[in-house]
Amino acid sequence: MRIHPALSFLAAVLALVAPAVAAPAAEKPDPAADAKAFQDFFRKKFPQVKFEDFVNGPYSMNEDMRKQWEEKEQFPPYEFALEAGKEMFEKPFKNGKTYADCFANGGIGIRQTYPYFDDKEGKVVTLELALNRCREANGEAPYSYVKDEMAALTAYMAYTSRGKPFDIKIPDDPRALEAYERGKEYFYTRRGQLNFSCASCHVQNPGERIRAEILAPALGILNAMPIYRSEWSGMGTISRRFTTCNSQIRGVPLEPQSEEYRDLEYYLSYVSNGLPISGPGARP
Amino acid sequence: MPSRLFTKTALALGLCLVAAPVAQAQSAVSEGQRLAFDRSKGNCLTCHQIKGGDLPGSIGPKLENLKLRYDRNELVAILNDETTRNPQTAMPPFGRNRILTEQEINAIVDFLQTL
Ligand code: HEC
Ligand code: HEC
Repeated sequence: MRIHPALSFLAAVLALVAPAVAAPAAEKPDPAADAKAFQDFFRKKFPQVKFEDFVNGPYSMNEDMRKQWEEKEQFPPYEFALEAGKEMFEKPFKNGKTYADCFANGGIGIRQTYPYFDDKEGKVVTLELALNRCREANGEAPYSYVKDEMAALTAYMAYTSRGKPFDIKIPDDPRALEAYERGKEYFYTRRGQLNFSCASCHVQNPGERIRAEILAPALGILNAMPIYRSEWSGMGTISRRFTTCNSQIRGVPLEPQSEEYRDLEYYLSYVSNGLPISGPGARP
Repeated sequence: MPSRLFTKTALALGLCLVAAPVAQAQSAVSEGQRLAFDRSKGNCLTCHQIKGGDLPGSIGPKLENLKLRYDRNELVAILNDETTRNPQTAMPPFGRNRILTEQEINAIVDFLQTL
């Protein structure tokens, strides 16, 4: 149990969130200072964990699990998805175009820049959303956000970006700041019959066991996505993980890629700026 | 024959009468344990190590010697809504959010007092 350091951080965050909710016009949010406090909190809480290691989720927290994982990485369980994803990515649509036509740099090595704030639309665009928009713009049906095809595509795109640090930008646009603040508020708000916030598990209790599972720290929690989970015997996208975590607390999950989830992803990615993309990942 | 049956029955009944209070208390305790361990009820093992339970989590403290530190009402209050004692707690408000009924909470508290 490590309640106290988490408490002071949570209290600080709540103090930041609360006035922002009560009086939107009051104080301009400062995401850069936020991210620094967030990262410092985890560094202080886990002085033995190397900074880049936070992207390894539960494995960064537990020596025994880490050994098992290193063995597993010799024959990574996501290999199949990765190969499928590469093939899908390169195969032209019926109209002859490819995914490469929809993305900067042909879609290679760009995972670390998603999600981004689209100033024309005034909303956050995630990689999963951009992939489906690309399909639809080219006359193809969108994929399910929680199934294998989407996981395969994002696995491949993450793989081509491995080692590149998250580089999420918040433009000086009140709408972008609002999106960030809403994501943050979602992350710290308790919900569901069990009354958990995301932070209850991933800020207050990383490294602790919830039944047999070791909780991943919120810092770097998206860097390894998508992940192969033995428990799922398959791959999972960010959308799948968010909805699963919401269901676990007997809450009602939102629609994948709803605005709330996109803002949440924006917040979580931004506060992990500087940590390398490591996806696709493998988890127990 | 009939008389032997009668004696047996009488004996059984007699035993029952004598044992009743103890048996009842024991059944409340074992019902409390069942509710505490049941994943769709208390699911306390998710966070607490508890004697007799497998695969405990480590978010909360080991539940033991509770009688020394809490009276019955305090335990009921902790189960009902621990956020009143500690607003930041991860422990779900079992009573307030109707995850458990008052009766179920009482049975679990009977069990907790044996730990
Ligand atoms: C009741 C506990 C609980 C809550 C609340 C919770 N999660 Fe989780 N989360 C888990 C567990 C258990 C896992 C699987 C083990 C792990 O990797 O942490 C997990 C895994 C994850 C992962 C994958 C991490 C990895 O490296 O494998 C992400 C991302 C995540 N959660 C995000 C969220 C978000 C966002 C919320 C809030 C909407 C949330 N979680 C709320 C328990 C929780
Ligand atoms: C999601 C985590 C979680 C679950 C589930 C949970 N608890 Fe707790 N519990 C805690 C934490 C954390 C504490 C430490 C005190 C605090 O946070 O206020 C605690 C404290 C307690 C205490 C006080 C212990 C002491 O030594 O002071 C009791 C008694 C208790 N819990 C009983 C239960 C029972 C019975 C259940 C199931 C019906 C349960 N808890 C379910 C997290 C949990």
